[in-house]
Amino acid sequence: MDFSMAPGTFLFEAWQARQSLLSGLGVTMLSSALSIVMATVLGLAMGVALTFGWWWLRPLARLYVDVMRGLPLLVLILFTYYGLALFGINVPAFWAGVIALGGFATAHVAENFRGAVQSVPAGQMEAAKAIGLTFGKRLTHVILPQAVRRMLPPWVNTALEIVKGTTLLSIIGVVELLLSAQQAMARNYMIIDFYLLTAALYVAINFTLAQLGAMLERRYSYLRY
Amino acid sequence: MIDYHFDWAVIARNADKLGDALLLGLWLAVVSLVIGSVIGLLAAYARVSGKRWLSGPVWAYVEFIRCTPLLLLIFFLYFGLPEFDISFLDKTQSFVLSLSLYAGAYMCEVFRAGLASIPKQYVEAAKAIGMRPWQRQVYVVLPVMFRITLPSIGNNLISLFKDTSLAAAIAVPELTFTARQINANTFRVMEVWLTASALYLASAYLIAMILRLLERRYASIR
Repeated sequence: MDFSMAPGTFLFEAWQARQSLLSGLGVTMLSSALSIVMATVLGLAMGVALTFGWWWLRPLARLYVDVMRGLPLLVLILFTYYGLALFGINVPAFWAGVIALGGFATAHVAENFRGAVQSVPAGQMEAAKAIGLTFGKRLTHVILPQAVRRMLPPWVNTALEIVKGTTLLSIIGVVELLLSAQQAMARNYMIIDFYLLTAALYVAINFTLAQLGAMLERRYSYLRY
Repeated sequence: MIDYHFDWAVIARNADKLGDALLLGLWLAVVSLVIGSVIGLLAAYARVSGKRWLSGPVWAYVEFIRCTPLLLLIFFLYFGLPEFDISFLDKTQSFVLSLSLYAGAYMCEVFRAGLASIPKQYVEAAKAIGMRPWQRQVYVVLPVMFRITLPSIGNNLISLFKDTSLAAAIAVPELTFTARQINANTFRVMEVWLTASALYLASAYLIAMILRLLERRYASIR
């Protein structure tokens, strides 16, 4: 690789494309962040429904989780993108993608939550009932503090999957990092260099996240019941 | 949904095409799982070999693949390899290569955990009756490891099957690509995507069921 800044070299072309690459990186991060927030909030709610819901709510939540986990993310994104328009909801591709990603990850967070709650010994819930706490208090003061620690490592994994999943938004025309790199390649044909640059950026984001997950796992590995 | 009238004739007309597309997706997943398992097995042995020059590059490979989006890998191999004058792969083969490399990293982790979970006594017993190192691996370690890792291999197969949808990005005529094509030609949005979703779901659950049966048969060690 030639590291001078003359026109036609990789560094020159990357510098030329810096605006679009940075905005692509921004879109990737923004869509990931929005999806993660959506998935966390809705996923926790659905996890509660899945674990403690009324008899009619639990199978519904289970159905949602199983359907979402059985479908490819790309199909979900395309379905959302083309399908929302039918309902007269004309959202831009970005929001269709975020909704699909968020809805997909919601199922994963819910399932992680269920697993984490069920790993909290039943005695905890019974003890909380015995001292007369209401359901809300049992949840927030007894179950959640213990379940959340169990949930954090898989939650980080889900976040990682979301960041990787945002590349699929390029297929419905959202100019995120991958598509902005491809647009740069279409101008200068430096395919290898730009794909490697993009890969390096994704690895930087995801490796950081993965290390964070590993750190959390070590931090809470003292928890034994 | 106010003014939408379902017209399932579109699906009936394209049933053959959708069926072929589904089978292609399943085939791609199985082939990639097989190649990925070979890569993963070699990589797992390299990981546990204790030799830095072997385990280091494998660690880098696994971490790199796990941190890179699959779509990027697919594009990189499909558009990038011809730059190195490797152009004998058509788009399907190129996709299988990407998915296999991707699967290899995940299978490496599965097999590494499997190798680590084999009781030491098994190997010692094999040594005691005079088996050679390769015999210990082939007759004792590997059969037990495959039984232990069967559930994880199955999960990987299902997620690989879901990942074959990404082949649509390089125009491999699997289910997602075909559904998108029918969608573009006919605008029967709901019918097309509901059918595609149902086919994916049904296949995923069918695979899961078959695996459950296999596990019941093989996964327990008595």
